[in-house]
Amino acid sequence: MSAEGSLKTDLMVYVGILVMAGLQIFMAYHSPGVIRMLVVAAIQAFLAIMFFMHLRDEKSTLRLALIPATLFVLVMMNMVWADSYRLIHMRPFPK
Amino acid sequence: MSEANLTMGHGAGVMEERPFAIPSKKLVMWLFIISDACTFGAMLFAYGYVRNAAPDWPHHFETASIINVAIMTFILVTSSLTMLIGTRAAKSGDKSGALRFTFITVVLGLVFAALHLREWMSMIHAGVSLFQNPWGAPLFGASFFGVTGLHLAHVVSGAIALTVVALGYKRGRYNADDIEIWSLYWHFVDLVWMFVVPMVYLLNVAQ
Repeated sequence: MSAEGSLKTDLMVYVGILVMAGLQIFMAYHSPGVIRMLVVAAIQAFLAIMFFMHLRDEKSTLRLALIPATLFVLVMMNMVWADSYRLIHMRPFPK
Repeated sequence: MSEANLTMGHGAGVMEERPFAIPSKKLVMWLFIISDACTFGAMLFAYGYVRNAAPDWPHHFETASIINVAIMTFILVTSSLTMLIGTRAAKSGDKSGALRFTFITVVLGLVFAALHLREWMSMIHAGVSLFQNPWGAPLFGASFFGVTGLHLAHVVSGAIALTVVALGYKRGRYNADDIEIWSLYWHFVDLVWMFVVPMVYLLNVAQ
């Protein structure tokens, strides 16, 4: 961990993450939507990675080595949804 | 240059630089974290697949459960803050401060685990098991206990690892870098919870 970043910054990120967690609970009762909630979760995760895990203080090559590869794998997992929607309508596999 | 010279330190001038200018232990932890992120990603995608494909997925989390989850979230995020303060203390040479905040983090992690187990027990008493439940889709139990169980296992193992590292740091076996490296793991466990909460709990609130 480098010397950059202060306790004040950490506290602001901490409060920000908690506020977003509260926002998610509010959304659950008033406007539930998987995309909206996951966007909030992604923002929380981004703050945690950059500030709590101090990835923003590391060399950009480390960020480039870690983030695109992980995102690529997670994005490719989205291919399951087509089959999930097929299943809920009990449609047969296309011939 | 012979291997003997390298092992005796004569090869220091020709040694490669540290990759990404971080200790190799820290790089290993980052690599573990991205592989673990893919594991959790696979679990959450599998959960989403099953949930989306089941027309009778249970929406049974009452307000009491959501309050419990909010408290658990507060505790886990707070434990990340105490871990940050502990790491900062270790880096500045404040050994007692580092130990104090690392152990506070461990205690918060154990409180989180206790709250989680209490919730599990209430669900088991309500009739939820791996392949059946009183509310709907039979796979609800397996997917719920699978996702939350994997996360709980990470919290408990993180608490054990932090305890071991903190005790080693106290005895001089480990240094501030080790505290920092294990803090990365702890923050990752916190980060995963931010996705588990909306996917598993908040999208299944009893309206």
